[in-house]
Amino acid sequence: MPLITRKQVIPGDVIASGDYRYGSYIEKRGSDYIALRIGLAEVSRDGVKLIPLTGPYIPHVDDQVVGKVIDMSGFGWEIDINSSFFGYLPASFVFGREFSPATHDLSSKFKVGDLLLCKIEAFDRSRDPQISIRGPGLGKVPEGEIVKISPTKVPRLIGRKGYMVNMISAQTGCELKVGQNGLVVVSGPPEGILKAANAIRMIEEEAHLADLTTKVQNYLGAEAQGGE
Amino acid sequence: MENKKKLISDDGVRTDGRRWNELRPIRMEVGQLKNADGSAYIEFGKNKIVAAVYGPKEVHPKHMVLPDRALIRCRYHMAPFSVDERKNPAPSRREIEISKVIREALEPALIAEDYPRAAIQIFVEVLQSDGGSRVAGITASSLALSDAGINMRDRVVGCSSGIVDGQVVLDLNDTEDKEGSGDMPVAFMPNLNQVTLLQVDGIYTPENFRKAFELAMTGGRMVYEMQRKALLEKYFGASPSETAMEEEE
Repeated sequence: MPLITRKQVIPGDVIASGDYRYGSYIEKRGSDYIALRIGLAEVSRDGVKLIPLTGPYIPHVDDQVVGKVIDMSGFGWEIDINSSFFGYLPASFVFGREFSPATHDLSSKFKVGDLLLCKIEAFDRSRDPQISIRGPGLGKVPEGEIVKISPTKVPRLIGRKGYMVNMISAQTGCELKVGQNGLVVVSGPPEGILKAANAIRMIEEEAHLADLTTKVQNYLGAEAQGGE
Repeated sequence: MENKKKLISDDGVRTDGRRWNELRPIRMEVGQLKNADGSAYIEFGKNKIVAAVYGPKEVHPKHMVLPDRALIRCRYHMAPFSVDERKNPAPSRREIEISKVIREALEPALIAEDYPRAAIQIFVEVLQSDGGSRVAGITASSLALSDAGINMRDRVVGCSSGIVDGQVVLDLNDTEDKEGSGDMPVAFMPNLNQVTLLQVDGIYTPENFRKAFELAMTGGRMVYEMQRKALLEKYFGASPSETAMEEEE
């Protein structure tokens, strides 16, 4: 795997000076690029990039998230998506266009306390994010153990093209439903769940370190799978 | 003046053995509290202060919501056992004022527009108090905010200076604070070079004022470096300042 050198930064640090394109969590001040978060900064020809190591979950359209139904009105469900915003799942997304509050009973589909794997359909910061469950694999999560990690570490848990999460899944015989909001639902045999949960926590703790894939592989007792 | 005891000896040593330009021993730790989104613990001389940050999360009561930015709340509180005589745990006039000035000292560093309609709550709990607890509280809160991952333009540091026995000195302790003739807590953002808190009590000549202000800034820059160390220690351990890792996603 290609190794990239990254600089450890904390808020207020100057990452680079000059003329670059820059991504999130970075502010340009004069010709300096300032880090706004604790994280790893990368300067390349493509621009300045910062991978944060801590922070809350801010919804983005098309994110897959794990949410919990916390309230139900006549027209939809309120979903806690582990963010400062609550998601709203309109009943018409579930019952279809012919939905009518008079004929359909919302509690027949989801009750308060149910866990859902869902997707952010629309979000523009001025209103609460709209949630949908249309898509492959989305919908009610019937069983499993919830493991909560920092939302900033989710990309590492997923790995390149899902390599890490597939590896955990294959080695433990569990199914992992990973939400971008930092909630992971693990379901499968009890020993597998325990092992997978430990692996996930290990990834969270060592997310900033190199060669994590090998470490997780060793932990799971996997045979070295050879080069990719 | 005659019946007052001397706070600085003839050879320039203060009540706790420091020179005029020395800070008290400082220790900082980040992420001590599991249940808060961000936290920090600081020992600033005899001060022992815990700062915790919750949020961003939804605002209650709802009518206080700000549509375009986060609502920032701060509570500075002294534990009943933080002083010699038991302190009434109800917020005093002084604590309410300090809560307000800490909030206003931190606000310029936070990018509140990134969290519309949310609340960010900062708790500063003084477990043991010595002079200069507001500046130590600011230093700890800014660490806790970084730990919580709130977007910040710069870290805020606080440091105080003052006048003791007619001499400008750095970082007053409790005795010097109470018996000295001037106290000047300063909080600022070193990288931006902007002052976010400047309070003064006592009588200063223009020259002393300038001297005290610059001394507090110098002290603050030392604290800024310690803050940096504490954060790097928590997040990267003892590893070198550069890290190599694989591509993701």
